[in-house]
Amino acid sequence: MKNWDVIVIGGGHNGLVNACYLQRSGLDVLVLEQKDWVGGAATSRSLTPGFVYSNCSYVCSLFRPEIMRDLELPRFGLQVIPYEGGAVFTQDGDYLANYRDHHAHRREFARFSPRDAEAYERYACDVTRQCRFIQPLLMRTAPDPTSFKPRDIGELIYLGRKFSDMSAEEMALTMRFWTMSISDFLDEYFETDVIKANFALSGIIGTALGPMSPGTAYVLLHHYMGEVDGSVGAWGYARGGMGAVTQALAASFQASGGTIRTGAQVEQVLVKNGHAQGVVLAGGEEVLGKLTVSNADVKRTFLKLVEPKELPDIFLRRVKNFKIRGSSGKVNIALGSMPEFPALPDDSPCYRGDLHFTDSVERMERAYDDWKEGRWSADPFIDMVIPTTLDPTMASPGKHFMSCFVQYAPPKVGGREWTDADRDGFAESVISQIADYSPGFRERIVHMEVRTPREIEAETGLTEGNIFQGELTFDQLLFNRPVPGYAQYRSPVGGLYMCGSSTHPGGGVMGAPGRNAAVEILRDLKRGANHVSAAHDVI
Amino acid sequence: MVAVAKTKSRTKLAEQAHFRTLRLPSPFQPRLEALAAQQDWYDWAGYKAPHALWDDELEYFAIRSQAALFDISPMVKYRIEGPDAEAFLNRVTLRNVTKLKPGRVHYTAWCDDEGYVLDDGTLFRFSADRFRLCCQERHLPWLLDSAIGYEVSVVEETQEVAGLALQGPTSFAVLRDAGFKGVEKLKIFDLAEFPHEKGSVTISRTGFTGDLGYELFVPVKQALSLWDRLIEGGKLHGIRPMGYTALNRARIEAGLIVANADFVTGDSAIRTDRLRMPDEIGLGFMIDPAKGHFNGRRAILDARQNKTLKHVLVGLEIEGNIPAEHAIVYHRGKREVGLVSAAIWSPTAKRNIAIASLQRPYGDTVVDDLWVEIYAMRELQYHKLMKRAKVVPRPFIKLDRRTANPPGER
Ligand SMILES: Cc1cc2nc3c(=O)[nH]c(=O)nc-3n(C[C@H](O)[C@H](O)[C@H](O)COP(=O)(O)OP(=O)(O)OC[C@H]3O[C@@H](n4cnc5c(N)ncnc54)[C@H](O)[C@@H]3O)c2cc1C
Repeated sequence: MKNWDVIVIGGGHNGLVNACYLQRSGLDVLVLEQKDWVGGAATSRSLTPGFVYSNCSYVCSLFRPEIMRDLELPRFGLQVIPYEGGAVFTQDGDYLANYRDHHAHRREFARFSPRDAEAYERYACDVTRQCRFIQPLLMRTAPDPTSFKPRDIGELIYLGRKFSDMSAEEMALTMRFWTMSISDFLDEYFETDVIKANFALSGIIGTALGPMSPGTAYVLLHHYMGEVDGSVGAWGYARGGMGAVTQALAASFQASGGTIRTGAQVEQVLVKNGHAQGVVLAGGEEVLGKLTVSNADVKRTFLKLVEPKELPDIFLRRVKNFKIRGSSGKVNIALGSMPEFPALPDDSPCYRGDLHFTDSVERMERAYDDWKEGRWSADPFIDMVIPTTLDPTMASPGKHFMSCFVQYAPPKVGGREWTDADRDGFAESVISQIADYSPGFRERIVHMEVRTPREIEAETGLTEGNIFQGELTFDQLLFNRPVPGYAQYRSPVGGLYMCGSSTHPGGGVMGAPGRNAAVEILRDLKRGANHVSAAHDVI
Repeated sequence: MVAVAKTKSRTKLAEQAHFRTLRLPSPFQPRLEALAAQQDWYDWAGYKAPHALWDDELEYFAIRSQAALFDISPMVKYRIEGPDAEAFLNRVTLRNVTKLKPGRVHYTAWCDDEGYVLDDGTLFRFSADRFRLCCQERHLPWLLDSAIGYEVSVVEETQEVAGLALQGPTSFAVLRDAGFKGVEKLKIFDLAEFPHEKGSVTISRTGFTGDLGYELFVPVKQALSLWDRLIEGGKLHGIRPMGYTALNRARIEAGLIVANADFVTGDSAIRTDRLRMPDEIGLGFMIDPAKGHFNGRRAILDARQNKTLKHVLVGLEIEGNIPAEHAIVYHRGKREVGLVSAAIWSPTAKRNIAIASLQRPYGDTVVDDLWVEIYAMRELQYHKLMKRAKVVPRPFIKLDRRTANPPGER
């Protein structure tokens, strides 16, 4: 029986990134994906003729350009197109736009508050400074502060030096960023509700916290750390939907000789003498591997695939306590024609950006109140984009794909499982909000894919449907992600590694966890990692 | 009250259309467009502004030989008024505002609490409690926050007030023939109101060229009539509208610095090592330790006392005639000690001049053996030149006509 060099459980983008790097170093790598397609939360599927959806993730920024280049993803079809700003509709029939042009952006804010318009400069500067601090950490394994290995000490010194290079003021700001609520943070810069709401959304996306919960300021940073072709903080569409990222990864992996098996659900990791030997698939087939890497989240991996007796109890307890609460849903809509928003001029570039309806932080917080009560939000927060305004490949001319990311949706409804009726109610809360701003919207709908945390978990294996494989609060970042002492992609089981978003630096279609895990594995195998580029300099 | 709110929201809706015009037209746009044979525009703080209209070299010589007219409307302007305006401005800006008499203008700068320069600009004092602050960058939140506790109002009026600079040896004659009676009484840094149309124009004897010159401010409604009046008055005095390229040459000769060209302003510096104290960019003369508390005072005085100032801004004269723009400055041809931020061959001084920021002690106590490395691109090839640089005082030119009283006619 074949004994693979490496088995990767899960063909999400991080599993594929990891597999690509390992295969390229000469190892014989097998990816086992439970679904009939690869991609995990980065997929494009056609569910109705003539339309392709980005089923889960829908916009791209975090994916590291170093990885795109190393793995030759452009050659395998990856293109990322930056999109225009966007707008928040206000309840009085106006809107607040975000424009790419610096001065247009300022003049737009000045319509609401001349003071806030100018305050934006300082805000943008402060956020940029913080991103520059964190960006270089993305592509480095977090140091283990309890270890005395030279490398950990070196990394700790690196961190410490970065910190001590800061002025007292900057250090204070950094600490605030890591601990504050996004609402309090924005209050330090802005006075206008809709302007605060405009920025607050980045602090709550994918997070089971409200804008007034401490820790959400950091979540905002996480969403600003990406780039499109060097334009830091910019977001774009992957041409063909987010599945284009994982399709390119799969093609790159196969071109370098890697093997993917879809429809192969791993039921158990085989452990003998504290060392992983391979996996058992649903149906009983055993697949042997010298090393096993799990792309599934930390809960699925260690609470479902590994027998508890193989794990130290403190580790097990911490995995159980890892916060991975579902908070979001998704409604993908195929439209027979372009929706109209009378508040927005026909020639507004905002149609090619992200659109929102929640015009105050308070409304966001109320939406979160519903989540705490175990209900989907009656007045949900929606991040809505129409990628087909810039991507001609996802629908035929004149027709459109609209992606709605929705908060909040609890993992359970009032303590019980979601039902189909609940799902329809959830969808209705979204459609009716859009229809309030877009007359005739319902008539344009050709098809809809509605995904509550139930559907997201069923389809991607993301526990509770948590989009980041675990919340991005500071207690679950760096050397605490996912579990203190196990933040370097290794696990208590020999030969079993983690490479999903549960690990540092966290979720989003970023690829960094998969890459960093590959570097650690290659280190353990004492193999070179020259084909893994260092992070681009931040100058 | 309700009616007011309605009009406000109506204009707010009407303003939506701004996204279709990324570069705002200046109040003088009809006149500039008609003259802009070059059609060479740039973005000045969100306004469409000309690099040159007809010929930047001839425009420069208009400054030095006749009179050149330059649109300064895009400059950011704040109206600062109230019984505490003087005390407030004395607190936030460096120079002593109690010494600035009504009818006078001074060049000043302002810092954050850590003593880093946020911007420089000119402060116009119209009366005991009415001021205008003109600058390059925007500071409304900072000004408003600093105003807490003072009886003062701060309003941005950039879009409401049009401005023109009239500079050159015949500029006084232009104003006189345009009918501004009594303008000869203005001494350097004086300002006064003169009737224009149904309203008035503020004229100050100020400028950015080191030459005889004036600046004029009017409400935007009277902008075009003011322009026409000056052109008419200047017919016999060689008046010539100009773009920024010509002005930039003149200001380098005058040794004047430009925010975010010769130094990075505090609010826009992402890299903290780019921040500068006034003493590090040649603005130490503005500091008046005797005047009492002002923003950044303690940090600035501490840095002086502890000798922790890291940089110095100097004028350089460089051998040869190739401008050294953005060249690296070396000590002994080896050690990198700074950067040239602006450089030209000066037609008036007939010298190759530059403004540079150096790391102390270079440029401060160590001034010999400095060199600049010039990369001159000629027909797709760099000529790498290592040229000797000498620290010289600014301004690089000194024209008596700038301050002569009464002002000369030509
Ligand atoms: C609705 C939604 C919207 C999002 N929007 C964005 C966005 O716009 N931009 C962005 O950057 N990020 C977004 N995210 C987050 C981002 O998509 C995820 O964080 C990221 O895709 C996770 O990638 P991963 O490779 O770490 O894990 P996953 O994508 O979760 O991959 C894990 C893979 O493992 C497989 N698997 C699990 N268990 C087994 C098993 N037992 N056997 C075999 N295979 C198994 C799964 O099927 C899956 O393919 C979104 C996520 C969701 C859910």
